Amino acid sequence: MGKQIKVGMADLNICSSPDTITTLGLGSCVGIVLYDASIKVCGLAHIMLPDSTQIRNNENVAKFADTAIDVLIEKLVQAGANKSRFTAKIAGGAQMFAFSAGNELTRVGERNVDATKTKLKSLGIRILAEDVGLNYGRTIEFFPETGQLMIKAVGKEVKYI
Amino acid sequence: MEGRFDDMSQIQFDVLREVGNIGAGNATTALAQLIGGRVEMGVPTVELLEFKELAEVIGGAENLVVGVLLRLTGEVKGMMMFVLEKSSAKELVELLLHEDEIKEEGQEEFSEMALSVLHEIGNIIIGAYLSSLSTLTNLKIAMSVPHMAVDMAGAILSVPAIEFGKMGDKALMIESQFGKDDQLVSGYFIMIPDAKSYEKILKSLGL
Repeated sequence: MGKQIKVGMADLNICSSPDTITTLGLGSCVGIVLYDASIKVCGLAHIMLPDSTQIRNNENVAKFADTAIDVLIEKLVQAGANKSRFTAKIAGGAQMFAFSAGNELTRVGERNVDATKTKLKSLGIRILAEDVGLNYGRTIEFFPETGQLMIKAVGKEVKYI
Repeated sequence: MEGRFDDMSQIQFDVLREVGNIGAGNATTALAQLIGGRVEMGVPTVELLEFKELAEVIGGAENLVVGVLLRLTGEVKGMMMFVLEKSSAKELVELLLHEDEIKEEGQEEFSEMALSVLHEIGNIIIGAYLSSLSTLTNLKIAMSVPHMAVDMAGAILSVPAIEFGKMGDKALMIESQFGKDDQLVSGYFIMIPDAKSYEKILKSLGL
């Protein structure tokens, strides 16, 4: 049994088999997993906001979809992963409170998901699976041994994507 | 003044804590009126926390909580959230409802009745808190209809954390304890004025 590495909010880390990597209680934030299956190494970022260029205080690179993905790739390459083999799985981006639709303030979950997809697409990284949107929180755990992402939510069955 | 919580000075922190004290006191009085009895109140604590620590204070990111969120408009714009652990929420509802009204027979979840009571408690407590803030700052603060969600603490708190995230890496959280006959439960207020409103509040308080 490997150990479980925890990633907090606005945080990121990498992990290799047999260890696993997890982040708890994703709400409107998005959990982004990048994975190199050939060496069973992965990285996980728990991002809060879509775009670092829209925010003045943007020193925390793990907070934003764009910069977190860049840093994750850097770390994975340092760990021996090959950028051309990366695949992604993403989860989160819920709308936790039912404010009237169309409000910029509350659509942040959706915008986080969009920004994540745009960034991954621009880097040519394919998204193999996603569990995003809706109105509930998710805890996720990635197993680099199998490439599976486990998703837990309150009152719902555990699922793997 | 860049409107950053992270760079808050000791004096600003002390004043905001005092606002927290008065607000929580008002909220307790409002709760006592609702319950129709005496409500005890503990000394509120005010903390400036990193996002990573926010959920830890409320029992960890996966702990089940009830969150009531509303939008602020008027001279102060932003959000205000009131959070209770699910177990505390149950104790609070018990002050107002009978056991069989709180949960449906054989159900884990709160009944519609219990949820609407929690909704109203959140609304009243936040309203009382905001009215002290409004009085102290002389700023007009209006609030939207409250919205409620029951879910993991991390997920609920992600909403205010994201709003704070636009300003910095820390959040201002006020913990206040209240209840009846030594059965105190903790409630948490998280105030999220936008950067401009934060400056306005500090200025109105003479800081």
